[in-house]
Amino acid sequence: MAFTVTTNKSGVVVVAVEGQLIVGNRQELKQKVLDALEKGGRKFVIDFTRTGYIDSSGLGVLVSLSKKIRELGGDLRLAGLNEDLQTLFELTKLDTLFSITRTPEEALAAF
Amino acid sequence: MTSPLRVGVRRPDGPEPDIELWLHVPSRLDLVGEAVDLLAAQTERERRTALSARQLRFHFRTALAEALANAIIYGNRLDPAKDVEVRIHVGSDQVRVEVTDAGDGFDPDALPDPTDPENVDREQGRGLYVIRHLADEVTFNAKGNRLCLVFRTQ
Repeated sequence: MAFTVTTNKSGVVVVAVEGQLIVGNRQELKQKVLDALEKGGRKFVIDFTRTGYIDSSGLGVLVSLSKKIRELGGDLRLAGLNEDLQTLFELTKLDTLFSITRTPEEALAAF
Repeated sequence: MTSPLRVGVRRPDGPEPDIELWLHVPSRLDLVGEAVDLLAAQTERERRTALSARQLRFHFRTALAEALANAIIYGNRLDPAKDVEVRIHVGSDQVRVEVTDAGDGFDPDALPDPTDPENVDREQGRGLYVIRHLADEVTFNAKGNRLCLVFRTQ
């Protein structure tokens, strides 16, 4: 279970979520994104390609980060949701709140 | 640090008896992921055909993680001296999961709909909604401190 943060040449911060994003580790993700915001990052992609499952507190952290990033004039995109995660976003109607792309490459290209 | 989590197993005699699993989880949020993994793995080990791969990977895990988080946060109020008890009956046509906390219970019908446009950007309040959509059957005891989830074999 880990979060890997990389910043590409255009300054887009990509956070890869490996394993779960749940009540026990959501604060770690939140802190990593807040740290990157602090350092001036404004464009974010969260990559779920290697994510197992997300619970509602994981979803809550994404909602909170999305608000924070927007307040600072930035943009957050989600990418790489598998069929299960896509279902979860649809049933909570969070697919209407987030900009979601199929792959992280597509998210990067859209900035 | 060694984990305090040990799954108990009872396999009664008989042609196709329900296998019973149980686990006591201290009220620590950092144990939720491990508890879910242990119970999913043991359920699959006991009766591989009880749930489909997708049910086990997605429905069972997500709903159980939600139920444990709710029991720890709202039921036991994060008191590490209080346990959440999980009991799972692995049957031939369904898996029944009971999650009991040591709290005073609550009224599950009094919660707002998290998908209402005015609620959809809230950070909290989706747990029970998610559980209700992922399990085939969701019931509470009268007190409101025991949640019972049923996943039917597909």
